[in-house]
Amino acid sequence: MGTEELIQSIQSMFPDASINMGNNFPELVIEKDSLLSVLNQLKSEPTLAFDYLFCETCVDWKSHLTMVYHLDSTRFRHNLVIKTNLDAQAPEIESACHLYRTAELHEREIFDLFGVKFLNHPHLRRILLTDDWKGHPLRKDYDDPINMIKL
Amino acid sequence: MDVKITPPSEPFPGTVHPTDGGGVLVSSLDEVINWARSNSLWPLVFGTSCCAIEMMSTAAAKYDFSRFGFEVARATPRQADVIIIAGTIVNKMAPVLKRLFDQMPDPKYVIAMGACATSGGPFFYNTYSVVKGADHIIPVDVYVAGCPPRPEALLHALITLQEKIKSGLTRDQIRGEMKAHGN
Repeated sequence: MGTEELIQSIQSMFPDASINMGNNFPELVIEKDSLLSVLNQLKSEPTLAFDYLFCETCVDWKSHLTMVYHLDSTRFRHNLVIKTNLDAQAPEIESACHLYRTAELHEREIFDLFGVKFLNHPHLRRILLTDDWKGHPLRKDYDDPINMIKL
Repeated sequence: MDVKITPPSEPFPGTVHPTDGGGVLVSSLDEVINWARSNSLWPLVFGTSCCAIEMMSTAAAKYDFSRFGFEVARATPRQADVIIIAGTIVNKMAPVLKRLFDQMPDPKYVIAMGACATSGGPFFYNTYSVVKGADHIIPVDVYVAGCPPRPEALLHALITLQEKIKSGLTRDQIRGEMKAHGN
């Protein structure tokens, strides 16, 4: 399936969502509540077979956070990026780790550095920083007057 | 302070007085000890980022720091003489570095390799995790500039360390001399 065809078939699966070609991958923007059903359909649809989550990350835009999921199909070798916006004050989203086991560690890292709360994650706790760390360092409003020298 | 750069051809410290059937060598014990020490410095296997790749290159066949007596890298601090801080030191790594340094037997030497180990380098500003220079944790003998330094630069630092040892001063004595010269 070519990229154009892929975009069309995903658009027809999710008529409410917007899909456009990004720099490298097609980008599908969805509502955060529909995340699990979208992932589930993309994974189980035999012509798409997105069976591999090769990256999961988060972006802080100050006004809101954006979760970014990079999917890959090991059968067809096509990719897709899924983006969904979260509230900056109390970011919460369903965990993807019951569909993609690799999300478990990614989500712990995102929780650690961005403070996104993943619902139904088996053991959501800090992974890189110490357990008693205050705050989430990759947030734009993070401040550490002792260790940080501001430019 | 003047670190005298001696040509590598300079032999054993001391003078030989020729006599029948051989010769008599006159030297001072301190000089002999420093000469021996400077020519057998075993580095610790310690690399925290990209500088470590350059350090491995310096150790490998093309540059080969064994030629200057940096023979074998030891995996335990108890057998190492010099620690080459090759890479960024983060706050979480700092106590590990301190412990490794404490476990090394005296005399021990430290080379800060590259911008990160010298000052935090590219991570100096707006970073919550990086130590702004490894000398906040352990005393450093020789600093190398570069990001990362080329193997030649590391070799130069290693030879400078040898000259420093051969000059026979302790770290405190050197610091005192530098203060006396207004540096």
